[in-house]
Amino acid sequence: MNFNPLLILITLAPAAATVIILLTPKDKTMAVRITALIATGISLALSIAAFVLYNRSAAAADPAMQYQFQTDVPWVPSLGINYHVGVDGIGLTMVLLTGVVGFMGVLISWNIPDRKREFYAFFCLLVAGVFGVFTSLDLFLLIFFYELSIFPMYILIATWGSTRREYAAMKLTLYLLIGSIIALVGVLAVYFSAQFPAGLLPAGQTRTFDLLLLQKATIPIEVQRIWFLPIFIGFGVLAGIWPFHNWSPDGHVAAPTAVSMIHAGVLMKLGAFAALVAVRLLPGAAKEQLPLVILLVTINVVYGAGIAMVQKDFKYVIGFSSVSHMGLVTIGFATMNQVGLNGAVLQMWSHGIMTACFFSVVGLIYDRAHTRQIDELGGWAKYLPFAAVAFIIGGLVSMGMPGLSGFVAEFQIFMGLWRGPFFGQIWYYPIIAILAIWGVILTAAYVMRVVQQVFFGEWDPHKWHDLRPANFGDKLALTTFSALMIVVGLAPTLLMNTIQLGTAPLLKLLQGG
Amino acid sequence: MDANQLILFLILFSPLVAAVLVLIIGKFGGANAAKWSALIFSLIPLVLVIYLWFAFQSAAADADGFKFVYAVPWLPQINSYLRVGVDGISMSMILLTAILTPLGVIISFRIDDRLPLFMALFLGLETGLFGVFMALDLVIFFLFWEIGLIPMYFLINQWGSANRRYASLKFLLYTMAGSIGLLLSIQFIWSALGTYAIPEIAQKWPTFNGPFMINAQTVKDITFWLFVIAFAIKVPIWPFHTWLPDAHTEAPTAGSMILAGVLLKLGAFGFLRLVLPFFPQQAAQFAPVLALLALAGIVFTALAAFGQNDFKRLVAYSSVNHMGFVVLGVAVAAVAKANPAYQPYAIIAVDGAVLQMFAHGLSSAAMFALVGVVYERAHTRDLNQLGGLWRVMPVYGGILLFSAMANLGLPGLAGFPAEFQVVSGSWPVFTLITALSMIGLLMTGAYVLKAIQKVLHGPANRELLHHAEMPDITRREVIALAPLLALMLAIGVWPYWLMTVINGSVMKLIGG
Repeated sequence: MNFNPLLILITLAPAAATVIILLTPKDKTMAVRITALIATGISLALSIAAFVLYNRSAAAADPAMQYQFQTDVPWVPSLGINYHVGVDGIGLTMVLLTGVVGFMGVLISWNIPDRKREFYAFFCLLVAGVFGVFTSLDLFLLIFFYELSIFPMYILIATWGSTRREYAAMKLTLYLLIGSIIALVGVLAVYFSAQFPAGLLPAGQTRTFDLLLLQKATIPIEVQRIWFLPIFIGFGVLAGIWPFHNWSPDGHVAAPTAVSMIHAGVLMKLGAFAALVAVRLLPGAAKEQLPLVILLVTINVVYGAGIAMVQKDFKYVIGFSSVSHMGLVTIGFATMNQVGLNGAVLQMWSHGIMTACFFSVVGLIYDRAHTRQIDELGGWAKYLPFAAVAFIIGGLVSMGMPGLSGFVAEFQIFMGLWRGPFFGQIWYYPIIAILAIWGVILTAAYVMRVVQQVFFGEWDPHKWHDLRPANFGDKLALTTFSALMIVVGLAPTLLMNTIQLGTAPLLKLLQGG
Repeated sequence: MDANQLILFLILFSPLVAAVLVLIIGKFGGANAAKWSALIFSLIPLVLVIYLWFAFQSAAADADGFKFVYAVPWLPQINSYLRVGVDGISMSMILLTAILTPLGVIISFRIDDRLPLFMALFLGLETGLFGVFMALDLVIFFLFWEIGLIPMYFLINQWGSANRRYASLKFLLYTMAGSIGLLLSIQFIWSALGTYAIPEIAQKWPTFNGPFMINAQTVKDITFWLFVIAFAIKVPIWPFHTWLPDAHTEAPTAGSMILAGVLLKLGAFGFLRLVLPFFPQQAAQFAPVLALLALAGIVFTALAAFGQNDFKRLVAYSSVNHMGFVVLGVAVAAVAKANPAYQPYAIIAVDGAVLQMFAHGLSSAAMFALVGVVYERAHTRDLNQLGGLWRVMPVYGGILLFSAMANLGLPGLAGFPAEFQVVSGSWPVFTLITALSMIGLLMTGAYVLKAIQKVLHGPANRELLHHAEMPDITRREVIALAPLLALMLAIGVWPYWLMTVINGSVMKLIGG
């Protein structure tokens, strides 16, 4: 029965803000905004605190210490459901990412025109749900928070979105719900078939949803083989695994700026993070079936980049680029070796920051131009130099330019492909490296195309009627994103030392040790 | 970390810090403050490099022939270290970079569009170039190799002339396409050997024979060609050179100076630092191909240069022409890797090639600066529009004549000892190819004289002189050119001071 308030507060602050905001009178928009800002600010500060306080030497020395800041309180003891939270190196990195993107999302939506109160309430609820997933160590809790973060998405997109918002919101929700229900069924199958060694569970209890206990249980290999793919891909729908990625570009494009940021920046990582649960629970099957999954996600990488190249809508380019980049994350998982897993988790971080940066720039321009057609835009570097620089840095990250965070991540993923799984190289992994590198080449092409046209094209000042400079919040967000991409690129150990503490035990689990 | 190692790190990173400072100074102090501070900052690495140049000659080398080696962990998870060190070849290239950067800054003083940003990118580029020359770790090598692309792309894209968009994109895509293969083969080598340290790979990789999933010979051939293509695009070796005339012609003057002066040398340097040590058998096997491509580059681009009517494009083609001799020297060294009997010739040829890298760095930078001087006044580079300028700009005429002569390899100036050594080294090895390459040398004389004749002699274009004021070269421009002229003369008359630094490392490389 551990108790540590840190992670609880991180999740609770935005959740509480939702309630407070809904209780605030409708016309007090400033109070609403400040509340949201303070709540996400508290979460950000606490996630930084968690990142700093995480005891790395203890985690490195003793695998049992990898989950820190744990709280473990029985919730429904008869079913073996606990309120059990804690983070390892992977969760910690993701919590920090959520803290950064959530806070910046509030800043970016400062001047959202319509129904600020409801917007911020749902936005904070979304952030709370995301924090919840990244900190959950109980499968029931994890799914609870998972659904909690899908639900506000629907309302946020359908109400505050743009292009075909009802369609996109419905599509997104259906895809993700169906995926998560399939995963839920798989989790239940695991729950009922796990056999625990004597003395592991509390007296009188035969089953548990507790992730750490389930990892120690014996799950028959037949059950594993049946349920690995449903759980992995069920959650993986949210990570945009081909051919279930279809909701994602539509959803990203329709969503309002801050929601796109959270969505592509953090929510897609939720999918990858939850899919890792399948690897943790069913390592025996993961070993056999991840080499099949890699075939699907290679299509993600190349096809996503190819489709991004022919888009006419600025935001769709970024939407499909996310599909492409998230494919690399899953490829990293499927390499099943230390360097590939490290790269995958760093790619989750790097893509999160990069894509949040992209969407905030797209939002800045769309708010002023009221169009996203690439051909109609041009010369915005003159008007929004800040946004141009941030977008170019993000673009360089996405094409894997050395010196920036994307390079370190993608470099390690490709290294992982060359090295192959821990049990021996699989013959087509090097071929996948050669195929997937085309995704990077195509990325360079579409990023340069957008940069050339949107930022350096012909500037026609008479065309735009709604020009206003970027405000302080926008600049702060873009500066933070740019700085993070550069710092992590130049000094990757800042994050890699933490990530490695999470991936090393994961690899051990796969190896069956 | 001793003082010299620290100085090496300072040289590497001071331009990057300077770039940030120049941006800040430009923001608060205006363009004037920015350009002077950029000049002062760019002198810091120069002073340090000159100090290190002297320290280098007395310092002790490690077992692999590198001096001032120091490593800082960069990403220990993948066994990659920020490991830097220099040998004679890289030391001379670092000196060249440190000399050309302040001169490029001076030449760019009159840029009026976003000058602080221009200067910052220019200084940032210098760090990228230093990094490639110093790196002793493949990841770090690749990192700096690519980092240099970004500032160069924006220098061309934002400050270039009319066709800059097309040229900058072509430059970027060509180089990136080359480096993708480089990236994959770097990782492939790591997956086999588990290290990124360049000296260690040079020891292990040539004799490493698997197990690979396919025939080890095929694997090594493929990685060899991926390395070669990446560097061949940069040098550039014919037929990978087509990005170059566009990029050089459209780049702003200082950009062309660095592009021709240093960036092309990165490719040749890659051959010497990575390809020859990693792939001795493959290099020896394919050396005739390399020599033939060098010959094609020398002859065809000399003819192409002769056919140009754009002054800058002519100088750009002359760069490919001159770099052909560097490649010829590399090809001789490649032959010697398999046949020790050729080692003495290879040493002469590579000595010449490295000297040619230095000499061409000086003369091409000077030529581009001189093209820039005329373009700034006449607003045209069309050779048929120019003419008779010697009477109008007498000092300029003298300097142009001097640089052009260095460019065509007049004895007594820098190009001569370089090309002479390459040719005398390659004669016993590739007799026919060397003989045929003399056609290129002949054409070099022809196109250089064509340029001089069209620019300086003949009747002046009255219409041009009527519209454009053509004042003689200014003091600032002379200051930017004088060091180049002095060095061309110094190397031409007494190449020993440079050769003594280069030769030791070349012998180590060839194994004589």
